Amino acid sequence: MLIKSKKKSELVESQVTDEAIYYSRRKVLKQLGFVGASALIAGNSLPKLAWANSNSSFKTTALDFKKSQYSDIQDKLTPEQKVISHNNFYEFGAKKDQPAELAQNFKVDPWQLKITGEVDKPFTLDYNELFSSFTIEERIYRLRCVEAWSIVIPWLGFRLADVLKKAQPNSKAKYVAFKTLHDPKQMPGQSNRYLGGGIKYPYVEGLRIDEAMNDLSLLSVGLYGKTLPPQNGAPIRLVTPWKYGFKSIKSIVEIKLVERKPKTTWNKLAPNEYGFYANVNPEVDHPRWSQASERRLTGGGLFARNRIETQMFNGYGEEVADLYKGMNLRKNY
Amino acid sequence: MRNSVKIFLLKTVIHCAAFIPAAIMYYLAIMDKLGSDPVEEIIHFTGISALNILLLTLLISPMAKYLKQGWLVNVRRLLGLYAFFYACLHMLSFLFFELQFDFSLFIDEVIERPYITVGMCAYAIILMLAFTSWSKIRSKMGKKWQTLHNYNYLLVTLVCIHFYWSVKSEIIEPSIYFILLFFLLYQRKDKFKRWFKR
Repeated sequence: MLIKSKKKSELVESQVTDEAIYYSRRKVLKQLGFVGASALIAGNSLPKLAWANSNSSFKTTALDFKKSQYSDIQDKLTPEQKVISHNNFYEFGAKKDQPAELAQNFKVDPWQLKITGEVDKPFTLDYNELFSSFTIEERIYRLRCVEAWSIVIPWLGFRLADVLKKAQPNSKAKYVAFKTLHDPKQMPGQSNRYLGGGIKYPYVEGLRIDEAMNDLSLLSVGLYGKTLPPQNGAPIRLVTPWKYGFKSIKSIVEIKLVERKPKTTWNKLAPNEYGFYANVNPEVDHPRWSQASERRLTGGGLFARNRIETQMFNGYGEEVADLYKGMNLRKNY
Repeated sequence: MRNSVKIFLLKTVIHCAAFIPAAIMYYLAIMDKLGSDPVEEIIHFTGISALNILLLTLLISPMAKYLKQGWLVNVRRLLGLYAFFYACLHMLSFLFFELQFDFSLFIDEVIERPYITVGMCAYAIILMLAFTSWSKIRSKMGKKWQTLHNYNYLLVTLVCIHFYWSVKSEIIEPSIYFILLFFLLYQRKDKFKRWFKR
């Protein structure tokens, strides 16, 4: 017999507002002139009211995948709706809800991902090859943003190491440089400073080759069983769960093996705030955010008790701590 | 229409436009219907609202002069108190929902993060202004009251700096607020000149 104990916080069906009532409430609010009144106070917050019923028009498709050893973690998953509507993807707007709103018409097919640089066999993957060239597995990872919030996501993807090995890096390949698509016509943040938060495009990131070859480094092509929505970095993005979220570059068009440490976008913008390594480290604060603890976004609204202590390397020390042996992580943040 | 009626009507509008949105936003945030991170949403909403209302308080007297509608000055205290109301919500939301009652972390943050230090200085000022807003206290304080309430200019400036320092890289919105602030302070240039002559 399956014995299920219910948590206090769990909702029962009867507590869920009926969709029709939910929408009629919104209508009443509008008729009350609330929208006008609150626009006076904080026009910015209005789009968020549409959050729960935003329909994304971008079509994702289900993917075949196998479970991996990383599919089995204790942390509660962040609801899919939150994962796909809470995004730092400045190419589609610097506010968290803008990418989900502004990226829906993003064209991911055709796509070309070049693997190039200090390799013996450079190659290019087209859109279909992104999904057919490597075995796709599911990995549930914690993602920790430098802004001190975190989420838990079931990614689908393959090891970055497998991709790099296929290209056969030569002895000069010491670092891996990544580049996001630069297409101001499609990515409004790249042509509009107000939307794009004033950072330089295209977005670039980098890893040391041993970091890139680590088993945890994933090139993700999906989440929650389906291909990635554009706001999460479709069609292919990097996931390095022991580092702050901004290292996980989205919508990659080029992976280049290089001899020297590559430039990274946030490091260029504010080197005293964002280092090259960006390893999650509760002992080294960002000037604006204490990194000792974080808020795990799951559900439950304003009163959710979700502040937790941040773990060294986001809890992945067993897998990655060796990479930084003998390094001063206060200096190499 | 008599001025007292106009004042009454405008105050009613201010109550509705300021109080109802706060109530609705908190309701939505509690029900987890306010975006994917209701905590961040509510902190941002209350902060920006406080700043917007503060700027409105600075707009009142130039507007009253320009439109020759002296009665407008009568709603300034109410606006100021709503700015205080939102500032309280902003600070308390940060403490209760962002830091989840971790008081020692709160104190660390106030000391260590310059933008929070500035925010708390601003909060200390608005607290003083709010507590001296009663007519009785005002008449007791006499000339000192005006001196104290001139700190409103410093207060709004600190809030703009607080906002500017709190953002990661998107400086356009804070810049717009600095421009508004400069415009509103410029309206008082004669007053400032007089201060410095003395």
